[in-house]
Amino acid sequence: MKAFTQHKGLVAPMDRANVDTDMIIPKQFLKSIKRSGFGKNLFDELRYLDEGQPDQSCEGRPLNPDFALNQSRYQGASVLLARENFGCGSSREHAPWALDDYGFRAIIAPSYADIFYNNSFKNGLLPIVLSEAQVEQLFAEMYKNEGYELSIDLEEQLVITPSGEKIAFEIDEFRRHCLLNGFDDIGLTLQDADAIKAYELKRQASAPWLFNAIKAGV
Amino acid sequence: MSKTLYDKLWDAHLVKQRDDGSALIYIDRHIVHEVTSPQAFEGLRLADRKLWRVDSILATPDHNVPTTSKERESGVEGIEDPVSKIQVQTLDDNCDSFGITEFKINDKRQGIVHVIGPESGASLPGMTIVCGDSHTATNGALGALAHGIGTSEVEHVMATQCLVAKKMKNMLVRVDGRLQAGVTPKDVVLAIIAKIGTAGGTGYAIEFGGQVFRDMSMEGRMTVCNMAIEAGARAGMVAVDQTTIDYVKGRPFAPTGEIWDQAVEAWQNLVSDADAVFDTVVEIDGNGIDPQVSWGTSPEMVLPVHGVVPDPKAETDATKKAGIERALEYMGLEAGQAIKDIHLDRVFIGSCTNSRIEDMRAAASVIKGRKKAASVKEAIVVPGSGLVKAQAEAEGLDKIFTDAGIEWREPGCSMCLAMNADKLGAGEHCASTSNRNFEGRQGYGGRTHLVSPEMAAAAAIAGHFVDVREF
Repeated sequence: MKAFTQHKGLVAPMDRANVDTDMIIPKQFLKSIKRSGFGKNLFDELRYLDEGQPDQSCEGRPLNPDFALNQSRYQGASVLLARENFGCGSSREHAPWALDDYGFRAIIAPSYADIFYNNSFKNGLLPIVLSEAQVEQLFAEMYKNEGYELSIDLEEQLVITPSGEKIAFEIDEFRRHCLLNGFDDIGLTLQDADAIKAYELKRQASAPWLFNAIKAGV
Repeated sequence: MSKTLYDKLWDAHLVKQRDDGSALIYIDRHIVHEVTSPQAFEGLRLADRKLWRVDSILATPDHNVPTTSKERESGVEGIEDPVSKIQVQTLDDNCDSFGITEFKINDKRQGIVHVIGPESGASLPGMTIVCGDSHTATNGALGALAHGIGTSEVEHVMATQCLVAKKMKNMLVRVDGRLQAGVTPKDVVLAIIAKIGTAGGTGYAIEFGGQVFRDMSMEGRMTVCNMAIEAGARAGMVAVDQTTIDYVKGRPFAPTGEIWDQAVEAWQNLVSDADAVFDTVVEIDGNGIDPQVSWGTSPEMVLPVHGVVPDPKAETDATKKAGIERALEYMGLEAGQAIKDIHLDRVFIGSCTNSRIEDMRAAASVIKGRKKAASVKEAIVVPGSGLVKAQAEAEGLDKIFTDAGIEWREPGCSMCLAMNADKLGAGEHCASTSNRNFEGRQGYGGRTHLVSPEMAAAAAIAGHFVDVREF
């Protein structure tokens, strides 16, 4: 996976609760068999005024002027400020792929849906959890100051505001460790191949029905 | 120490507890579909990795498949949407080259992943079951630990048979009492989501317990577990009892003979200990649950059928208030409007939530001898699998639907997420037995109302929502 250590970037808002992954990347774009190219369709139904189609160029599509990411002050944003339960709904990893492809490196929200949260780490996208009050404060500062940037330090677990205020955040040690090093998850797990094989042998003896083979002819 | 069902399932699958707080969990069954797997197969190829245990995997195409018999006749070749066709073809190619068993598009066992797992016996009690789809929790009805995963994890399970995970917290949702006639498992789970909210179960594995679930059929338990994710919980489950064992017996991939006896003995233990401690307990009176209808754009925006659409002015929390206002605008509804006054343009009966044989029977029982309202442009019934379809046809249910002017389709996910041609037009209201009423979910600008099969059937006849208990 892609490593994340430190990042400083422009902040853009996604100012609503319960943003679902259908909203992040609508289903018609899930027909792609690739992992890349989803950025132009990020938040497609909010961002454009027409219905987007897969394999369609987005140049010339009518933009929704009220949507934050279309406003000049948020161009080039790489930190997304969001509300509670961000990424709920479908497990589609296309959601973090789209956010990453658009250029986001980190999200800050009071809470995330479990599967989205997990998927983000696999793609070097850091989902930071801050309290409701802290998120509210960042929203207020961002709206007030054009060009509002935040610095994020994963090693130190800090979000640093332009005034120098340091806001600490919590993160699971194993997720932090993997992200800092950009570890290949599969490679890491395969280091425990012997433990997996030993588990299988033991289980096969005590619960053989769990190893019933899925075969075409049955 | 006493354990919950989830504790037991977790402990039985723990390969290794790591020092950093994560764990390696063994996965018994992996179910694969065409949308979330191509990038995983590609990843394996790029890294030159093999499948750890090919016979643990079952694949089928479901999200993209067309549901009209005309388009289905010539299999993959017949899929008119070229992008969908490539995705279904890619699954076939990947399964062929990796040696994975796949119920292909016109195999009579093809169907929605979460329907065919239990139906074929590929999903069994006590298993860990994953699939790149959030509704995998459906399988938890068997007393299994089942949950959705992302594509990176699909690849991880393919290569290692394990997931890197952190143990979730335990939540018990207990519903005691007896459901009224006309009140269904769908109404129970919608009422649960309305109560705890779409993030209420975040970080938890939910066990559904209490008399209502003990009395419930396996199909009903699957409907409930299916929507655990709509309450924020990755996994939902119901303890094993005789209903579970009777359901599993004789299924094609289920054990037989001596091993069956051994399995049944082991499965008896798949219940929470009497004195097990849950981190959170939610209690709901089953006697008091009414038929439910969602009015908004989140599965927690749900009301009893005799309710009225809420007024945002009554909400004090600014974010929630904005959410209600936005939902009313998107749905084209007004505060104070009666749910029964919502008129429907389309009706969809299907999806991994409500497309099993019982759902077909329930919808047919309401429709029998009646006609679809002329104001409803289209009503479709999409069975969850080829086997459900065949069973329904053997019982003559298809005839009941078509006689009423309702279409009887081929199996697939269909209008639940509208990746195929079955979708809502902008502004259209749909009574849907699916699981998500998000903006655009069933089609660009479409307006979804989540209901039970009985309520959807009654709405198709009346043209607007009615209380199926009085219908």
